[in-house]
Amino acid sequence: MPEFRERARTIVDSPALTYRQRVQALAGLAEESLDPPKVSAECAAALETGLVCDIAEGHAPYRPRYLLPDYSRALAQGSEFLGLAAPTDLYEAIAFLLSMYSQVPSITGYPVYLGDVDRLLEPFTQDVDDETLTRLIRLMWVTIDRTLPDAFTHANLGPDDTRVGRTVLALERELLQTVPNLTLRVDPRRTPDSFVLDAVRTVFACGKPHFVNHPMMTGDLGPDYGVVSCYNSLKVGGGSHTLVRLNLAESARRHTGDVESYLATTLAEHVALNAELMAARIRSLVEDAQFFDHSWLVDEGLLSLDRFSAMFGIYGLAECTNTLVASAGGAGTYGHDADATALGWRIVERVAELVATTPLPYCDGNDGVAFLHSQSGIDSDVGVTAGTRIPIGAEPPLLEHLLAVTPNHRHFAAGVSDIIHFDDTATRNPQAVVDVIRGAMATGMRDVTFNLDSNDFIRITGYLVRKSDLAKLEATGVARHGSDILAAGSVANSHVTDRAVKRVISSESAPRVVG
Amino acid sequence: MDSAGPAPVGLVADVVRFSWVDGPGNRYAVFFQGCNLDCLACHNPHTMPRRTPLARAVTIEQLVDDVRAIAPFLSGVTVSGGEATLQAPFVAAWFAALRAHPDMARLTRFVDSNGCADDATWDLLLPVTEGVMLDLKALDVATHRELTGLGNAQVLHSLDRLVAERRLAEVRLLVVPGHNDSEEALRSTGDYLAQHAPGVPVKVIGFRPHGVRAAARHIPAPTDDERAAYGAWVAASVGEQLVTVV
Repeated sequence: MPEFRERARTIVDSPALTYRQRVQALAGLAEESLDPPKVSAECAAALETGLVCDIAEGHAPYRPRYLLPDYSRALAQGSEFLGLAAPTDLYEAIAFLLSMYSQVPSITGYPVYLGDVDRLLEPFTQDVDDETLTRLIRLMWVTIDRTLPDAFTHANLGPDDTRVGRTVLALERELLQTVPNLTLRVDPRRTPDSFVLDAVRTVFACGKPHFVNHPMMTGDLGPDYGVVSCYNSLKVGGGSHTLVRLNLAESARRHTGDVESYLATTLAEHVALNAELMAARIRSLVEDAQFFDHSWLVDEGLLSLDRFSAMFGIYGLAECTNTLVASAGGAGTYGHDADATALGWRIVERVAELVATTPLPYCDGNDGVAFLHSQSGIDSDVGVTAGTRIPIGAEPPLLEHLLAVTPNHRHFAAGVSDIIHFDDTATRNPQAVVDVIRGAMATGMRDVTFNLDSNDFIRITGYLVRKSDLAKLEATGVARHGSDILAAGSVANSHVTDRAVKRVISSESAPRVVG
Repeated sequence: MDSAGPAPVGLVADVVRFSWVDGPGNRYAVFFQGCNLDCLACHNPHTMPRRTPLARAVTIEQLVDDVRAIAPFLSGVTVSGGEATLQAPFVAAWFAALRAHPDMARLTRFVDSNGCADDATWDLLLPVTEGVMLDLKALDVATHRELTGLGNAQVLHSLDRLVAERRLAEVRLLVVPGHNDSEEALRSTGDYLAQHAPGVPVKVIGFRPHGVRAAARHIPAPTDDERAAYGAWVAASVGEQLVTVV
């Protein structure tokens, strides 16, 4: 208890935290004082020693990590909890959504999903002229950034070309905000080149949006899915109870024996430990905290337990592969040597097979098992490569890079991201970027994320920060966006400045946050 | 020029499977070995000799297969060099093979040329080519000779023919300080292009010493301001919206 009091005092007195950041830190401290969900001694040791990691979600889960309310249904039926009737025009619709966002929890304390805003708002725009539409959406976008100051807050666009979608992209280029994170869903049959081109020009300005493969997503998740937080894809009306990740780099280090015995035995044991921790956390959320029995979102039919699953994350594939190759006397590395890369694919395939046959409670949203997620790291990771990426700074040329990582993408229904870096050449030939997106998706890439050297934005993992905001944080110690604080940790631990002209390494969340 | 039939192999200096600087979109670019000009400012002088052990022979089948593997990522293919038109029978046969293939017919086929090609050569290429990006090293014949070793009558004839057949995708002006960078030269080049190639985009490229032969290394790269001035002089008659400066 003395330590608890000391830590509480430090938070209360911290000059670097805003009021709200202090409240969140105090809540986190209180939760840490409870006992974590019970697991076996072996599982607890795996957590303690970093083989598995709950990304500091907290000891006593009381809200799902990610939840995706059915905003479309809410707009259609109104909300008793919010005391709002179904909106009848664009003004009411935007006010409705902004009100609702404030009442949607997630691991970050802010909603990680804002809905497919173009599809939600388009029906209200018929009698609205362009100037009014731009003005209203500008106010909405500014309000989102100021009231939900967290770059894990994520809006979706597409796959259809709409006035709202075009307006959002134009405003992104004008406002240059890191919030919200943004994804464009691309369907080769529905999304015209000119819309993708508009989005590519937006990437040049502010690093957003991500581009996701809509047919692949609907194939895995059904027609109603959303991309949330960094690049996590889940079912609308559902979500993910938790995200627990297996450190494959550490897993391979603990193995003695050949590759085959790793895949057959060691990896299977480690997957089981990760799943055990997930099961305990899910039960704690659903059975002890009884989130689903006490949520207005559930009461109003905007969220349902049967559309939930949980996310099984992996990271450190590159180090895992290289360790196994080296222990067999080889020298090839993941992403560069064809055999090593193929071994990386086999490891992912094996994890996918194991996860798909490991039942978890309350995961009816994915037939009783977890969704696989290529987890992009947290700000305290050192020397372990994000997810299934090729290590930062060591990526091969673009085509080889795409060919090396794309075969992994089909396994990660809940999201995977390989950040493609390019320089100013692209800004003179944006169609080339469109071509790369089209080709990547045609060959099986799920998510295409870019980082451009020359603008003010850096994609830390899946979320964005501005270099100028980081400089301000360093100078003043204060940040309005919680995600900037995480990013500063990443910069300190992974020397982003060394990589300023390369892709940025991943790290995604610090003590309290996200993935 | 041997126009009896497609040559069985092409002699290639280099292949860039993803190029963002050789025409619209992402392109598969083949740099053919051998050139008929001897440009002072060439930044790939190793591609100039017609025969060199550094070049490699490729078959049409090899190039078709290589493109097919990455076709979903491409807007098209571009032949460059060296001077690709020197191997026109091979290029034309390759282009025809791409056009005949269901997976690759949608790819646009572009030629990057110095314009020193005769009508028989264009007769072979144009039926299977969507666009030509043409270098005009200098409008003034003496300057052209000083920069390339040859006059420019054939280049200007090619330009007219390509315009007439609606195949001229872009004109490129490499501006070399001390040679073709005067306001007068660039304004008259702009006037000429506005008249002979109306509506055709013009790319004004400032000389860069990177990769050039020893004889050109002393030439300074123009400053940003100087390059902007080149662009403005050309744009005076061509029109600002058609001029890009790099």
